[in-house]
Amino acid sequence: MRLLTHNMLSSNIKGVANGFPLGIEVEKVIEKQVELSADFLRNLFPKIEWKALVDAARTMGYAELPEEVDSSMLDSNEFLTKFHHALLELHLEEGALVCPETGRRFPVTKGIPNMLLHEDEV
Amino acid sequence: MWYLCAFYHRLLDYRKTEVESLAELFGARGDDRSLEWRLPEQHHPDTPFHFVNLPSEAAARDIANRSILVKGIYELWGEGGSYEELEESIRSYPDERKQPYLESGSTFKITVDCFGKVISFQEQNDRIKGLAYIPFKGRANLKNPDHKFWLMEIDDYGVNNGLPPVSQRRIFFGREVGGADRKLLPTYQLKSRTYLGPTAMDAEMAFLMANQALATRGKLVYDPFVGTGSILIAAAHFGAMTMGADIDIRVVRDGRGPDCNVWSNFKQYGLPMPVALLRADNNLPPWRPGLKEVFDAIICDPPYGVRAGGRKSGGRKLLKGTVDPYTVPDDKRTDHIPSTASYCLAECVHDLLDLAAKMLRMGGRLVFFYPVLRDDDHVENHFPEHPCFKLIATSEQILSSRYSRVLLTMVKISSYTEEIAETARLQHIEFRENHLKWLEDGNLHSALFSPAADPQLTAGNDSKSSLEAKPKYRGKYV
Repeated sequence: MRLLTHNMLSSNIKGVANGFPLGIEVEKVIEKQVELSADFLRNLFPKIEWKALVDAARTMGYAELPEEVDSSMLDSNEFLTKFHHALLELHLEEGALVCPETGRRFPVTKGIPNMLLHEDEV
Repeated sequence: MWYLCAFYHRLLDYRKTEVESLAELFGARGDDRSLEWRLPEQHHPDTPFHFVNLPSEAAARDIANRSILVKGIYELWGEGGSYEELEESIRSYPDERKQPYLESGSTFKITVDCFGKVISFQEQNDRIKGLAYIPFKGRANLKNPDHKFWLMEIDDYGVNNGLPPVSQRRIFFGREVGGADRKLLPTYQLKSRTYLGPTAMDAEMAFLMANQALATRGKLVYDPFVGTGSILIAAAHFGAMTMGADIDIRVVRDGRGPDCNVWSNFKQYGLPMPVALLRADNNLPPWRPGLKEVFDAIICDPPYGVRAGGRKSGGRKLLKGTVDPYTVPDDKRTDHIPSTASYCLAECVHDLLDLAAKMLRMGGRLVFFYPVLRDDDHVENHFPEHPCFKLIATSEQILSSRYSRVLLTMVKISSYTEEIAETARLQHIEFRENHLKWLEDGNLHSALFSPAADPQLTAGNDSKSSLEAKPKYRGKYV
């Protein structure tokens, strides 16, 4: 599971006021090379919750992302490479996503997060 | 400039809509206006030959080369009802348009093609020799010519061969500007795909869907019913980044083994892997509340409930009311597999439209299949609607005498407002509270497989005698 996915997910359990961002329990992280596409990154940038991304990357062992950003940084190749690496190249292969309010674990196995809710969470 | 567009004679409803979408993709359509089309005189609307007005040869080439159903787009040098008329027509076509392609030092090839009839090699050669009045100065090269020319004929051959009726002969001669790369089909065919599921989308159709969705490099395409990834493969082929979700974790995570799963399908063709695959319920999606307008296109084939039924969270017995609401005991929670309930088509499509209205960028496309019951060759036009969307194309594919599926293409034209969100929320609750009623109403499966009053059975006795009759024009059955 990439951090792009993590940035889009939240815990929608009944009764939870704010299920974003999900905490990350790391068991296995791997790095996978992906071709950098500047257009793709620029299109996605406005949709990303930056603080959540920085914190998540740090949990996965990558602390190079700047804390504060603005869109002018998209012109810098150096920034794009770091953004690309954090967003698309870090993979949580095994672990879990944790609801910030209830502590409920959504397991991540073989890189696929299981976001299905139990019958009593619906 | 007007070009002759010759289509393959299949999936008739899909042909022009594909060209329209590709014209938009390559900027060949001004401001939402559709392309201008003209039928050759006296041709049946299902004819393979159509004239289309395109802004430039480059646009024509791009459209033709990316398409799946365009056999070729040609600059027409001449046409006529007989070979004499054709000669006159070609001679009067301006020299300055012909000259650049007849130069010495260039290579050319002429292909002879008769629609609806196979002609012998000898006859083909005779017809090519009959074009000797065209001053070709270059050399012929059959394998890899600089310029390709086509001599195409359509005629009433007197044999009722099940193709569109032709009243009189028409001959066209043109220079090929571009044509579909049909080699994609044997490359991507399902026959040789590593990981298949019962509803994997056929390669040709998946490419058509990807074309309708304008999938290209730099875009993010989502499939909420990804299954084995057959639709995303086509989008990835055209360079898009892909993402998919499915409620069945076995299909999306496990597949049939480490070398037989969604990832291995992408690996088989050397395509970039999907950006994300997840197990999620489209009825209760896991997206964070502020997230919107993040996908460029959503392409999918939702479960119709005929061969494969959809599922949603909530507990089968709970929703039916068979058991009271229960809590999963703490010690069982970790490995608990939630019970899922039947997901009727109406609710499935409602959720899909709601998801798309929120998550698609403005101008983004939603492309999906919708099943319809057939009533004497007419399709009931009750397609789903949503205030955020404009329906721009419908293409029918007949599946059996009783039902078809229609590929709907919708464009997002207005934002997802608080009001729309509230209406969707109320409708969601209505579906939950009346779960059983919705399951029975409009249940496609029972409508199709009910044995009662099957008109085919009663007509059975007549059909035997009509076997002797000539095959009628098959229309959309191709």
